[in-house]
Amino acid sequence: MTDYDVVVVGAGPGGLTAAMYTARARLRTAVLEKGRVGGQAATTEEIENYPGFPEGTTGPELMERFAAQARRFGAEFIRDEALSLSADGMTKVVRGKAGTYFAKVVILAPGAEPRPLGIKGERALRGKGVSYCATCDADLYTDLDVVIVGNGDAALEEAIYLARFVNKASMVVVHDEGVVDATRVIAERAFAEPKLDWVWNSVLEEIVGDGLVERVRIRNLKTGAAADLPCHGVFIFVGTIPKTGFLKDGPVELDAQGYIKAGELMETSVDGVYAVGDARGKYLRQVVTAAGDAATAAVAAERYVHEEESFRLQVLDQVGPVFVAFWSPASQEALAFMPVLETFASGHADGLRLVKIDTYKNRRMAERYGVQTVPTTLAFAGGRAVARLEGAVSAAALAAALQETVGHRAPQGGEPRDAAVRQGELRGPGPG
Amino acid sequence: MQQFDKENFAVRVLASPEPVVVDFWSPKCDPCLALMPDMEALARRYEGKARFGKVNILENRRLAISQKVLGVPNISLYVGGGKVAELTGDDIASDAVEEALKRLLY
Repeated sequence: MTDYDVVVVGAGPGGLTAAMYTARARLRTAVLEKGRVGGQAATTEEIENYPGFPEGTTGPELMERFAAQARRFGAEFIRDEALSLSADGMTKVVRGKAGTYFAKVVILAPGAEPRPLGIKGERALRGKGVSYCATCDADLYTDLDVVIVGNGDAALEEAIYLARFVNKASMVVVHDEGVVDATRVIAERAFAEPKLDWVWNSVLEEIVGDGLVERVRIRNLKTGAAADLPCHGVFIFVGTIPKTGFLKDGPVELDAQGYIKAGELMETSVDGVYAVGDARGKYLRQVVTAAGDAATAAVAAERYVHEEESFRLQVLDQVGPVFVAFWSPASQEALAFMPVLETFASGHADGLRLVKIDTYKNRRMAERYGVQTVPTTLAFAGGRAVARLEGAVSAAALAAALQETVGHRAPQGGEPRDAAVRQGELRGPGPG
Repeated sequence: MQQFDKENFAVRVLASPEPVVVDFWSPKCDPCLALMPDMEALARRYEGKARFGKVNILENRRLAISQKVLGVPNISLYVGGGKVAELTGDDIASDAVEEALKRLLY
């Protein structure tokens, strides 16, 4: 049923790094990408802050290297667009335009796309003078006049690139004179570029043209005055929006802006689903942070697969009784209790299996079974937890718990792991 | 797909007896490169019904601008020497191109 260990959605720097890591960890990995590999980074002409490239590199070249490294370890690339995600325990399903993909883990790396300004004329004149991609379209504007909106790092870097082609670029900046959102090193370089003409305290109000862009209307926020500026092109670099439309009906939690919510381990609200890169709610969106996210997610994913599979094998699929002891080396009480438990288990070596879970290393399993303190011992029979012992209990209590399992043992050949968790004894979702 | 350029555009596109689908693209444009395989497939499917070709805007900038192409990818459909339909934006899907073409053919 499960075709892959890991399905990665998106082949930008985050997705490619995640795939490289999981494939290298010998997890069968597929990468879904509707277009070409590289994501937004592939549309960036120059990348000078990715470590290891002191002379700088280009976006397409760097992304080709990322992809080659993922391929080297056996990641499979599939040209398809993800339309939805669903999760049922260890089975995650990604439905695409061309196929359906089953996996134990899904790593979401859908990335982001340019944010439109949402002003009059913008949509109608897209591709007819309105552009969001300097590398794509710069050549068309050779010796022409353009307007550039935005003042962050990306906007100024793209403006510097465009200055190599255009006759003049008017930079429309919402802030006071001399103030930009870009970092100092990039701002200084942009201010030194003679082809950039700065229009401060201003916003673009409308893009005007009959079939092609002819002019823009700019409003000065200080004076309230509007002025028309003739131009051939308008380049808009005002941030990005996450490409998470395919997740709008769940199951992972998104924030109000549509970014995927994920924690320290890149884990989303759904067990076994991770999110990396620009589509994740976070502080800094660059190639290097996408790669960092992906390394964390891939290692967490690998551990998830390993933990889930060994738990199924050692506990859920067992026909006989299993004691699962949640412990931690940091707890003196738990340390003292372990030998008691081991002695008890070896006294019933014929029929009782003991599985120890370090709650420091495996927090998820503890959370799933609502374990609040260590030591806690759960008695499983036929894949279900039938008794719970909190604290360092006596051998008599252990014997009683073992007795408790007798009535619950599944017949041979049954489907014990699909059995429901008994009500009132356990919290959280049932094992799947 | 044929290669159209400033030398042959008038003959192969504007004087074509059959509808022509022109893919204006740039090797620096990632969305263009992403779209290209789908366009090649579409060209094969419509062989004999419509002519398909591409224009590299880096080498044919004036031609592109004369055709009012100011952003790529741009898919323009020509019938009888005139542009009758056009798709722009970096999210052009080949399905949309096929729909536009079907409207011309049937």
